[in-house]
Amino acid sequence: MTQLNQSGWKPEMKALSPSGEGGYVETFTGNRALMLEEPLIFEIGGRETCGVDFVDLPLPLRGEGRGEGAGKPSQADTPLSQPSPLKERGLERATPIGLPGLSEPETIRHYTRLSRQNYAIDLGLFPLGSCTMKHNPRLNEKVARMAGFADVHPLAPHETVQGALAVIHELAHWLVTLTGMKAVAMSPKAGAHGELCGVLAIKAALQARGENRPVILVPESAHGTNPATAAFAGFRVESIPATAEGRVDVEALKAKLGPDVAGVMITNPNTCGLFERDLKTISDAVHAAGGYVYCDGANFNAIVGRVRPGDLGVDAMHINLHKTFSTPHGGGGPGSGPVVLSEALAPFAPLPFVVKRGEEFVLIEEETAGEHHGQSFGRMTAFHGQMGMFTRALAYILSHGADGLRQVAEDAVLNANYILRSLDDVLDAPFGGSGPCMHEALFTDDNLAEGFSTLDIAKGLIDEGYHPMTVYFPLVVHGAMLVEPTETESKATLDQFIGALRSVANRARQGDLALKSAPHFAPRRRLDETLAARKPVLVWKEEGAGD
Amino acid sequence: MTRYFTDEHEWIDVDGSTATVGITSYAQEQLGDIVFVEVPASGASVSKGGEAAVVESVKAASDVYAPVSGTVTEGNAALADDPSLVNSDPEGAGWFFKLTLADPGELDGLMDEAGYKAFVAGL
Amino acid sequence: MRYLPLTPADRQSMLATIGAASIDDLFVDVPADARLSGPIAGLPNHASEMAVERHFSALARQNMAASHHPFFLGAGAYKHHVPATVDHIIQRGEFLTAYTPYQPEIAQGTLQMLFEFQTQVARLFGCDVANASMYDGSTACYEAISMAGRVTKRHKALLSSGLHPHYVSVAKTMAHFTGDTLETATPALDGTDMAHLLDAVDGETACVVVQYPDILGRVEDLGPIAAKCHEKGALLVAVVTEPVALGLFKSPGEMGADIVVGEGQSLGVGLQFGGPYVGLFACKEKFVRQMPGRLCGQTVDASGKRGFVLTLSTREQHIRREKATSNICTNAGLCALAFSIHMTLLGERGLRTLAEVNHANAVAAAERLARVPGVSLATRTFFNEFTLNLPKEARPVVRALADKGVLGGVSLGRLYPGAAALANGLVVAVTEVVTPEDIETLATALEEVLA
Repeated sequence: MTQLNQSGWKPEMKALSPSGEGGYVETFTGNRALMLEEPLIFEIGGRETCGVDFVDLPLPLRGEGRGEGAGKPSQADTPLSQPSPLKERGLERATPIGLPGLSEPETIRHYTRLSRQNYAIDLGLFPLGSCTMKHNPRLNEKVARMAGFADVHPLAPHETVQGALAVIHELAHWLVTLTGMKAVAMSPKAGAHGELCGVLAIKAALQARGENRPVILVPESAHGTNPATAAFAGFRVESIPATAEGRVDVEALKAKLGPDVAGVMITNPNTCGLFERDLKTISDAVHAAGGYVYCDGANFNAIVGRVRPGDLGVDAMHINLHKTFSTPHGGGGPGSGPVVLSEALAPFAPLPFVVKRGEEFVLIEEETAGEHHGQSFGRMTAFHGQMGMFTRALAYILSHGADGLRQVAEDAVLNANYILRSLDDVLDAPFGGSGPCMHEALFTDDNLAEGFSTLDIAKGLIDEGYHPMTVYFPLVVHGAMLVEPTETESKATLDQFIGALRSVANRARQGDLALKSAPHFAPRRRLDETLAARKPVLVWKEEGAGD
Repeated sequence: MTRYFTDEHEWIDVDGSTATVGITSYAQEQLGDIVFVEVPASGASVSKGGEAAVVESVKAASDVYAPVSGTVTEGNAALADDPSLVNSDPEGAGWFFKLTLADPGELDGLMDEAGYKAFVAGL
Repeated sequence: MRYLPLTPADRQSMLATIGAASIDDLFVDVPADARLSGPIAGLPNHASEMAVERHFSALARQNMAASHHPFFLGAGAYKHHVPATVDHIIQRGEFLTAYTPYQPEIAQGTLQMLFEFQTQVARLFGCDVANASMYDGSTACYEAISMAGRVTKRHKALLSSGLHPHYVSVAKTMAHFTGDTLETATPALDGTDMAHLLDAVDGETACVVVQYPDILGRVEDLGPIAAKCHEKGALLVAVVTEPVALGLFKSPGEMGADIVVGEGQSLGVGLQFGGPYVGLFACKEKFVRQMPGRLCGQTVDASGKRGFVLTLSTREQHIRREKATSNICTNAGLCALAFSIHMTLLGERGLRTLAEVNHANAVAAAERLARVPGVSLATRTFFNEFTLNLPKEARPVVRALADKGVLGGVSLGRLYPGAAALANGLVVAVTEVVTPEDIETLATALEEVLA
């Protein structure tokens, strides 16, 4: 998920203190009890400090006691890489790198202190719409770290990695089954990489038909990655409007279909949290016009086990394993974005992929592709995808099972509707009148006091101990607030969140000025993003080192 | 010297066959704090309605379209060091580029100051 | 189900609040014929933690783990010892279960870590700036090629024959769709194609892409090609798949490379059967607005304290949409953290020592293996990886070695199927985890297999 999230603070705004907070005591350290400041490693580390010991060196270091005979070439003419050739070629590092080192205890403390400045699912509800921040089961972490998966080389002979290939094959099977599709490309590294995979498959299919269709249709409410991906693959993007009830305008879409349209990229459930009821109709129309249907699967968690996208005419859909199947977000990645493909697009899937021949798993790479998969559009990444995410996602699927996955979708939708109906009297719910939402509830900044916006509600929630919801996305409503509670929250947690959001919303409606300078209690107040962008400081430099 | 305005919120000062282009005060207010401006290089040719410059705030990147066709004679180098000039003096020191007009007739469809004020009032 | 906190009573009471009679009422917008009537075909119901763990243990046992065998595989993924501290920290929930730091007031931990990571990468590569990471080295490589196109407004890239063939494949895939022209070549065992590259750079060239050390382990001075690129208005892109090498060797940036990308898996991340890895991306400051991916920058907060934010976001897809520099919407955050922690533990002295140990072990292994009858060393100047020329096809030899419990290297036959001149080549990587006994075991096994 992507979002725009300004702090809204500028230097000329004073750092207002909330009533009652003004009198706090300055401390010598700048720390405030458990809220601990932490310098950069460059300010505390040293060039000679090292948190790794090299005591059992198998060989003496170059130039340090290499005795007669030891390590000496047995044949004088054996061409070897020795210090002298390196020096002669001028390749040996001559200047310091400038990397500070810390001992182990200092390292642990540095990162532990930093970690405490982060909000996380482990600390509380993380209601980011479209991002799906749900509990990350720890069994999955354990499984991913088994030596047989984590300590295996991607180019090891196939015979030595049958279990790892089996995991990829097994997960692929369930992804295809859950979506009702024909095949799956496992290698894409993240959702946007998966989108690229799907769009390239569409382009390859068109090229195979000898057609050049330059246009991809994308609804206004789409994630920014959709048009960016289509453009990256060389398509021209045309926008489709939404209806008043927050869904794709089918008639407007049909009017754009023609021989120049390669396909449509559509999100279902969409970014307003609504199911696109007419997707099958849309798919049929697109297919009739010779195009393909790409579905952004970012919100698949709302329907997993209840609806199969393959039944709705979808030709390609990426699955964010870090959303639907709960692999950890890790502060921004790594993700994983396998792409399920219809019969029409399956022949164009990227390399490599795993097949089962008899009892043996084989990785199809370039070498065999010519024989069996000549239409593949090629390789998207160096190796076979995010193995560490595959093990976690498969453990998630097997843990939940058929009954659990269905319950996941149901509880996710139930929780979102509970939020929607518990807040729609204090916050404007633009599509609340048209029926239930799916896994996320959308509100706007309508009805707030003059000068108060979505941003103030978001920052107010931080003081209440929550990560804000997704703000200013989707773009189709003003001041959007998109709340996705997920299925891993209890009713008690939801009730407290609802109470907090009601309180903050009421303060914004009443024009409580303290909200304008929130957050007051976070490790940092609002940050000056204008300064950051005008004079970018992207790496640390010593004081006085100049520029 | 005559000042014209476009419905894309650019102003253009015309002096004979040369002109200076910038964005209006209304436009800079809408964009918020300007953090980066990319102006065309001297010698570049621009065509009316085509992309000529880019202006970025923290939250948005916008194209600036050429109000008329012509050949760029100078981009405002000061904006590279201090893009905030566009906020503080949009219709003066915050100018974007100067150009030689290809076809003065293209000015005909543009608004004068009163016309632009009325246009903005209607937004 | 252990991950789902709602009780049946909760569900009933919540449905009552919503005003729905049943959960099905919430799915009314799903057309009846699209609803699955029964459970998912073939998928058993929920399973206990113990049962799932058992299933995976059985599968894990079928794989030869690097730590359990004499291990010499490299070619873009390297086995290094990762200190226990690294995994402990990345499993802290505040890092593991955090989101992208779009709310900087409550994400300073991730942001400061990214700022430190960017600085470490920039310094290691000898560049002015680095981003907050890419998916992996191969995708960072094609992003560098497209960035060079944006900077130079040219569309031809010359790829060195020493560039990892999978990286070449990824770039080819992209170029096929973007219309860029790539010149590529298969490597030769008897020398690099640097002379050809120097000759081929012209006024149409957007960039030259070289790997350092290259796929066969060779290390070459990048100064002349950098100078030639600049003379012709092209950029030099250097690809580093083994960053530990830069503890011993000059960085590409020092030699004039404009963009330096790499695979950071060597430090902190581990082998992971190919992913997740961490793409490193650094360049000269003047190109920063053409960079792909997330960037973290320093600023101040409302009370004047130093803080960090994601910045220059107008380059990215969520603002620029179809005009973005890339469609990338993620970074390898947790892998970048692992890289940064490992680098912090090593520090300047540790990284240089680690590099020395790697090089010394590789020299010792090369000396021993070159004494195996019929085997010769094809790489003169190398870091921790070199290529052997075997007296017969290497790929079956690798399998035969595996049967003897030795993971002996990557055959060039696997990397370059169909290239007969390379079929006997074996790429051998030797890091600090390799012991003298491992080297002897490999040498003896190789003698037996080749006998």
